Amino acid sequence: MNALASLVVALRALRVNLLRSSLTMLGIVIGVAAVITMVAVGEGAQQRVREQIRSLGSNLIIILSGAVTQGGARLGFGSQLTITEDDGYAIAREIDIVQASAPVTRGTVQTVFGNLNWGTTLYGVTPEYLEVRDWEMQAGRPLAQEDVDAAAKVVVLGQTVANNLFGDADPLDQTIRVRKVPFTVIGVLARKGQSMQGQDQDDTILVPISTARKRLLGGQQARQRAVVAISVKVRDGADLGEAEAQIRDLLRQRHRLGSNQDDDFWLRNLSEVLETQQAAQRVMALLLAAVASVSLVVGGIGIMNIMLVSVTERTREIGLRMAVGARRRDILAQFLIEAVTLAAIGGLIGVGLGVAAATAIAYFTDWPVRFAPEAIILAVGFAAAVGVFFGFYPARKASRLQPMEALRFE
Amino acid sequence: MQPLIETHGLRKQFRLGDNTVTALAGIDIEIARGAFVAVMGPSGSGKSTFMNMIGCLDAPSGGSYRLDGHDVAGLDDDARADLRNRMIGFVFQNFNLLPRTTALDNVALPLLYRRDGALPHAQRLALAAQRLAEVGLSQRADHQPAQLSGGQQQRVAIARALVNDPALLLADEPTGALDSRTSVEIMALFQALNARGITIVLVTHEADIAAYAKRRLLFRDGRLVQDETLAAPRDAAAELVAMPPPEAAA
Ligand SMILES: Nc1ncnc2c1ncn2[C@@H]1O[C@H](COP(=O)(O)OP(=O)(O)O)[C@@H](O)[C@H]1O
Ligand SMILES: [Mg+2]
Repeated sequence: MNALASLVVALRALRVNLLRSSLTMLGIVIGVAAVITMVAVGEGAQQRVREQIRSLGSNLIIILSGAVTQGGARLGFGSQLTITEDDGYAIAREIDIVQASAPVTRGTVQTVFGNLNWGTTLYGVTPEYLEVRDWEMQAGRPLAQEDVDAAAKVVVLGQTVANNLFGDADPLDQTIRVRKVPFTVIGVLARKGQSMQGQDQDDTILVPISTARKRLLGGQQARQRAVVAISVKVRDGADLGEAEAQIRDLLRQRHRLGSNQDDDFWLRNLSEVLETQQAAQRVMALLLAAVASVSLVVGGIGIMNIMLVSVTERTREIGLRMAVGARRRDILAQFLIEAVTLAAIGGLIGVGLGVAAATAIAYFTDWPVRFAPEAIILAVGFAAAVGVFFGFYPARKASRLQPMEALRFE
Repeated sequence: MQPLIETHGLRKQFRLGDNTVTALAGIDIEIARGAFVAVMGPSGSGKSTFMNMIGCLDAPSGGSYRLDGHDVAGLDDDARADLRNRMIGFVFQNFNLLPRTTALDNVALPLLYRRDGALPHAQRLALAAQRLAEVGLSQRADHQPAQLSGGQQQRVAIARALVNDPALLLADEPTGALDSRTSVEIMALFQALNARGITIVLVTHEADIAAYAKRRLLFRDGRLVQDETLAAPRDAAAELVAMPPPEAAA
C-alpha cells in the first residue's frame, strides 16, 4: 500500500472517531500554542533590547556630569555640570581606540512654525553626534563642522517634531523659531523609536553646540563650556573596558582629582548593560520555550495512550485487514500515520492558537511579540516528531498482532 | 488435475502458558478445484484452526501444505499476506465489517492491499460496486453496516471476499448469526458462486447447512474422522422459490 492510500485510511479512521481524535489532539494543540506564544513573547522582549541597542549606537560609552562635594555635602549626579566640551574633544584626540566623541548640551525649548508650536528637547551637538549614535538622516544634510564653527542658525529635526510642525509638508529649507530665534531646517533624522526608558527619541531637535550655547541655553552650559553628557564611540573590535579605563584616567587627570577623591563624573558602558540584559532575556526565553515543550511531550503521551486504547479496540479490524492482505508494515504505517496526523493537525491548530494568543497579548499588554518563522516550523516539526515517537510503540504493537488471534479477539 | 489444496500431516499447536493445545493433530486432505466442502464437528474440534491454516492466516506447526501447487507452509508473514490478498476470500460468522464505513468502502478494502500496483481510487470503487451488484446490494452501497440487516451485512462481506477474484472462498460459520431463511439465501449465493468455479470451504455445525455442500468433512479432536461426498446436495435456489416470501415468513 502506498503512502497516500495509508494517509487516506488513517484520516478516515480519525474522522470515524472525531470527538476522541479532537480531544487527543488537544494536548498537542496546547503544547504547540504554548511554545509559539512563549517564543513570540521571548523573541519580542529580545527584539526590543536589540532595537534599543541599535538605537543607542553600538560600542557606546556615555559620560554624565557626576557628583561633586561642596563643603561636605555630596550633591547628586548632574546637579553640577562637571564635564566640558573640551573634555569631549580631548577624549577623541588622546585616546586611540576612541572612534568619535560627542559632547552634548541639552535644553527644553518651544519650537514654532507658522501657527503651530511644539515643545521638545534640544541637543547642542557636534557632527560626531550622529556617528556616535548610529543615527541616519532621512532627508537633507546633517550638521557640519562649518555649522559649528560659524555658530550657524541651522537645525535638524527629529521625526516627531517634523510631524508636529509640518505634518506631511516638506520641512527642508523652512524657517522655524526656537525660543524665538529663527533657524533654517537643513535635515530630518531617521526614525529611532523609544529609548530604554520609554522616551520618544524622535521628539528632539539638533543644533550646533556653539549655536546652542550662544543663543539658546542659559546657566552653566552657556557660561563655562559645560556639557550634560559626552557620548563616546569606541572603535570596532576594541575592548570597551579598556576604553572605559583610559577615559576615566584622562578625565581624572583633566579634572585634577587626587587619588583619594571620587570621580566627579559618571561613566557607563551602556551597550554592555543592554547586552547583559539581552543575555538574561535569552535565558528567560529558552526557559519559557523549554517549559512549553514539556506540555508538548505530555501531549505526545496523550497520543500514545489513546493510540494504545485504539489498537486494543480495533484488534478485530487489524485482524480483518491482515486477513484481506495487509502486511505488517501496512498496519504499522496506518497507525503511525494516524498518530503523526493527529500530532501534525494538532500542531497546525496550535500554531493558529499560539499566534492568536501572542497577538492578543501584544494587543492587551505593551509586551512586544515577534513571530519567528523558524520557531513555528520547529514547533510543528517537533509535534510531528512527537507523533512518530509516541505513535511508534502502539503502531508496532498493532502490527505484531497475529491475524488469527486478532480475529478471535472479543 | 492438481488439487487446489493438498495437506500432509498438517498440525497446529498453541502454547498456553505451560501446556500446549493441539488444535490440529495431522490432517491429510486434498480439495479439488471447484469443490464445495462443508467442515463439521463439535466445538473445539479444530474446524476454525483448519480453516485458518488453509487460509494462510498463520504458519502451521508441522506438516506440509500446497496451495495451487505451491508449498506455502514455510512462507513468511508478508508472502502469506500477499497470498491471502490474491487467492483467498474470507467470510466470518460475525461479518467483520469495518464500522461506520460504507458497504462500498468495505468491499473495496482488499483492493487497497494489492501488491500488483494500486488501482486508482475510481477503479477500486467501480470494482467494488460491481461485486456489490453481484450479491444484489447495489442500492445499499452507501449504507453503513449498522444500517444493514444481518443477511445484508453478510452479503457485503461476501462481496468483499470476492473483490480480488480469489480461487478459494473460506467461510467460518457464515450463517451462524442469521435466521433460517436468510441462511438459505446465503447458501444460494454460495452455490451460485461455486457454480461459477470458485472453490468453497465452509465451516458449520448445522447439518442442514452442510447439506448444501458437495462434500462433507467431520473433525473430532483435531483429526479428520470422516470424509464423504454427498450424492445429492440440496439446492438452495430451488428451495427459496418454494418458500413463502420474507414478509409472510416473518
Ligand atoms: N489462538 C489460540 N490460542 C490458543 N488456543 C487456541 C487458539 N485457537 C484455537 N485454540 C484451541 O484449539 C482448539 C480448536 O479450536 P477451533 O479451531 O477454534 O475449534 P472449532 O472452530 O472447531 O470450534 C480449541 O481447543 C481451542 O481452544
Ligand atoms: Mg470455530
